[in-house]
Amino acid sequence: MRIVLLRDLKLAMRVGGGFGLAIMFFLILVVLVPFGIGPDAALLSAISPGILWIGALLACLLSLDRIFSLDYEDGTLDHLAIAPLPLESVVLAKATAHWLTTGLPLGLISPLLGLMLGLPIEGYLWLVLSLVLGTPALSVIGTFGAALTLGLKRGGLLLSVLVLPLYGPTLIFGAEVARRGSAGIELQTPLLMLLGLSFGVMAILPFASAAVLRINLR
Amino acid sequence: MVLSVLDLCVSRSSQVLLANVSFELAAGQALILKGPNGLGKTTLLRAITGLQPALSGQIIAGEDSFAYAAHADGVKPSLTVAENLQFWADIFDNQDISSALSAFDLNELKSRFAGMLSAGQKRRLGLARMLITNRPVWVLDEPSVSLDKASITQLEEVIKQHLQNGGAALIVTHGHLDLGSSCRTLSLDRYKFNRGVYDDAEAFL
Repeated sequence: MRIVLLRDLKLAMRVGGGFGLAIMFFLILVVLVPFGIGPDAALLSAISPGILWIGALLACLLSLDRIFSLDYEDGTLDHLAIAPLPLESVVLAKATAHWLTTGLPLGLISPLLGLMLGLPIEGYLWLVLSLVLGTPALSVIGTFGAALTLGLKRGGLLLSVLVLPLYGPTLIFGAEVARRGSAGIELQTPLLMLLGLSFGVMAILPFASAAVLRINLR
Repeated sequence: MVLSVLDLCVSRSSQVLLANVSFELAAGQALILKGPNGLGKTTLLRAITGLQPALSGQIIAGEDSFAYAAHADGVKPSLTVAENLQFWADIFDNQDISSALSAFDLNELKSRFAGMLSAGQKRRLGLARMLITNRPVWVLDEPSVSLDKASITQLEEVIKQHLQNGGAALIVTHGHLDLGSSCRTLSLDRYKFNRGVYDDAEAFL
């Protein structure tokens, strides 16, 4: 698993288009929001946790179709499928590489964007924490969607349609952690739900994704 | 026998392509499969390697026997030649990529990005991966495509060496490969399935 992960990170660094693109998209989206909403600082401050979470979610979505498609097109996935390592670990490595190149950097730069939207100071820690703990679920669910749409021509739109509803619970609890954190109220319940979601999908979905990949490789 | 195929039926989508294919392959032997385009040669190879289920029949081989070189070489353009091979060497827990580089004359190209290689050089890199796998049965799908005459001779030598070391090779090719007396040729024409769509839907599940 470590070998596939390191190779994917190296490819992401060399080719680009992965985390650089996601961060740029996130940045542009957050910059555009005040133009659309208007310069009402109180309103922006109130909606900023939700906007930042939706931005991060959409930025994650951007690179999902590349998770397997490049390896599928150049034949690597066929070779990995008969290599002496379980396909489940390949899936988990791919999801981890996706998170390290999108979810984690998005989480880390979110305070900067929070500042632009007037996020209350006490909310920064919880915003970063909610994104760092919640985006693994986005990557793992997205990897499952990418496995489902593998081999489809222009499957990117279908991938978004399949994955976005599955992102619902993560968005609800992630944004709730950030909102309650910035409002300074108790947030243990949504935080635990968010953690449960992340760990739950990490435990289950790699098996489902590997099974789907085996079918799609036929 | 390192590979026994008994009454194998393979399909692509819902179309049965080949039925009742049977052959055996012993250590040190190569078998070249011939047949016109669309007959199901690649599908047969994918079924044998386990990438796709067969409709019926048996494939008897040891666990982790196969190394597969498909039409697509599995080469990453943004990695160098050596990095591409090292990735597979790590996967197959084999740290020696130098002999594979030498066998396909890739030493001079080893620090070049694979995206800068010609089609023939990429193919050689893809084939060098077979040496790294240390697997006994090489399944090669049109290995000589894009290769020049000298590279084809190299490929023949590498396959012959593999056979001498007790390996076996199952090869689909439209060209000519001179692999000596240990090589047989099987025409798949006689296994062509002519009755159209297979009507037993359960067979696909």
